[in-house]
Amino acid sequence: MTILITNVRPYGEDPVDVLVADGVIAAIGADLSSTAQTLDGAGLIALPGLVDLHTHLREPGREDTETVLTGSRAAALGGFTAVHAMANTDPVADTAGVVEQVWRLGQQAGLVDVVPVGAVTVGLGGTQLAELGAMADSAATVRVFSDDGKCVSDPALMRRALEYVKALDGVVAQHAEEPRLTVGAQMHEGDRSARLGLTGWPAVAEEAIIARDVLLAEHVGARLHVCHVSTAGSVELIRWAKSRGVQVTAEVTPHHLLLTDAQAEGYDATFKVNPPLRTAEDVAALRAGLADGTIDAVATDHAPHAGEDKECEWAAARPGMLGLEQALSVVVGTMVDTGLLTWREVADRMSVRPAEIGRLTHQGRPIAVGEPANLVLLDPTARAVVDPAALASKSRNSPYAGRELPGRVVHTLLRGELSVRDGKVQK
Amino acid sequence: MKRHLLEAADLDRADATLVLDTAAQIESALAGREVKKLPTLRGRTVVNLFFEDSTRTRISFELAAKRLSADVINFSAKGSSVSKGESLKDTALTLEAMGADGIVVRHGSSGAPHRLATWVAGSVVNAGDGTHEHPTQALLDAYTIRQRLGRLEGVQVVITGDVLHSRVARSNVWLLHTLGAEVTLVAPPTLLPVGVGSWPVTVSYDLDAVLPGADVVMMLRVQAERMNASFFPSAREYSRRYGLDADRMARLGEDAIVMHPGPMNRGMVIAADVADSPRSTIVEQVGNGVSVRMAVLYLLLGGPA
Ligand SMILES: [Zn+2]
Repeated sequence: MTILITNVRPYGEDPVDVLVADGVIAAIGADLSSTAQTLDGAGLIALPGLVDLHTHLREPGREDTETVLTGSRAAALGGFTAVHAMANTDPVADTAGVVEQVWRLGQQAGLVDVVPVGAVTVGLGGTQLAELGAMADSAATVRVFSDDGKCVSDPALMRRALEYVKALDGVVAQHAEEPRLTVGAQMHEGDRSARLGLTGWPAVAEEAIIARDVLLAEHVGARLHVCHVSTAGSVELIRWAKSRGVQVTAEVTPHHLLLTDAQAEGYDATFKVNPPLRTAEDVAALRAGLADGTIDAVATDHAPHAGEDKECEWAAARPGMLGLEQALSVVVGTMVDTGLLTWREVADRMSVRPAEIGRLTHQGRPIAVGEPANLVLLDPTARAVVDPAALASKSRNSPYAGRELPGRVVHTLLRGELSVRDGKVQK
Repeated sequence: MKRHLLEAADLDRADATLVLDTAAQIESALAGREVKKLPTLRGRTVVNLFFEDSTRTRISFELAAKRLSADVINFSAKGSSVSKGESLKDTALTLEAMGADGIVVRHGSSGAPHRLATWVAGSVVNAGDGTHEHPTQALLDAYTIRQRLGRLEGVQVVITGDVLHSRVARSNVWLLHTLGAEVTLVAPPTLLPVGVGSWPVTVSYDLDAVLPGADVVMMLRVQAERMNASFFPSAREYSRRYGLDADRMARLGEDAIVMHPGPMNRGMVIAADVADSPRSTIVEQVGNGVSVRMAVLYLLLGGPA
């Protein structure tokens, strides 16, 4: 299949024509001509297809809330060409069999590369290492291992996991939450939790684990990735660790870049998430950390939930929120429109770095001749109000409902094929 | 008045005073009457929706609604299938279909009345939600203080006990502040929330130091099991540092009163001879509770049907 994209602005720079053929970028230049179908790129910015290090696709186990197919549609509509599927499914993705199942479902959906994450411990139980090597050697070629949803809190086990995955060129992605400090925790511990009478989730419960883990990673010379960094203190710790040469990388979610614990007022459990929404000072520190590269990547932590798990009292609700379809818009609003990131840097934080962290060799590549044609074309001037009913996800728990966000994904290409055309998913 | 009474924090001074004044009017209207009943809410339906056991509070609301001639339905959800979180919304829709004009809700989760209020057309009265608020308790406490001391402005109120887990403390802090009283919270630091610094109160760890200046001492309940989570070492040490015994009571000014929004744990936070002394308002708090709840129901539901 051959597609000629005309007058598109790679990384927001000068308009050019981009010719895509046989899954790769065949030519870039002014006034290219071709007999191929043409896509009018005027007014659109082209970025490398986005890569998400952190999604919950819920299959197998909770197909009522999301499937690999519906999650893939949401991802493609959000401009993603690869997503990492977290391991906390039912059964848990802790064997080669389960990760291969998820990987095959992704292949069948064919809209994004679905890259399974393997559990660190058997059943996310936190006591015994899962067969990490078998998952790495499987067809799914797992490189990211995580018990996400739960913290690998046992320091000895965490040390062994960090050491062990060195042989696999793998990385342990830690959900940093000291469980003894977050018993019954419902929201960020501070002025608002005190008044709302909701048990606090203190910043220190995240920071204590990050501090421990960067020291462990340094000690054993292993790679560590920190999931969904949410506090100013965590940013400081990671900055310090990087200055010491520790091999640590980190991600921040779109919701932690935009929303604060003020959303808990009114007790709408759509805004219950783990780690919780923090203060405006934390939001500012996260944006600064993403801008200066302390935080490597934006990752969605897309977490679909059934209506009954959100339309209930706060304490009974499950934590988590949707993110795939609005992630780029939130980054445009919080980081680009504010002057904190250039378009090239957006490509770095949402495509290049996450692909490197996940060791995806065919994703996160530059827009250049000969490179894989994984592309997102967005209209940076469009603005739209988010309507949860219009989302491709099977669930409706979007924290952005009713909010006007900038930037619209118009087309997405996966290896030269349109997965999204004119805002419509193609499968 | 707003449509719901969800928290004392959103009562302004005019509304709070209106509730107290209305309670006083109701009390004098009923004084000396043989049949303690007003026709005000005839034809209205009040549902008592209790997800937690609290016989005292439920009976108080039931009596208040009946004295206003409302039809009362007691809906005890505790222990039944509806005690599960998922069904709060289903319960709300059922009550909605039954045409409840007012829903008095007690729930173990903070914010449950707020959620309920978004799903029903009737008025919601929070009868205690988790560790958030218990606004009618604070209103009856304020009513009792005003009755005993003749004023609220400038009154020095010491609240001591498990502030961290207390909905009564939160409601009293906001309401008393709104009404011009000055609140001092006394507790071991473990039983004060992180963030208490943003509340309009003074915080002290030393009960003996603050007692001489107090007009009101409010003793909050402390569950002895809290010591299992290391909030304090033992009931005995707690009692020694923060309990109100006869010796401590002797440090109080002559007119100072002692309040206890029961259920009481005698011995640990309040000695029996203190609870039974003339300073104690524990008995009149019960009667005032009915008057204040009548006032709340009247103000929320008493308009044209
Ligand atoms: Zn997580």
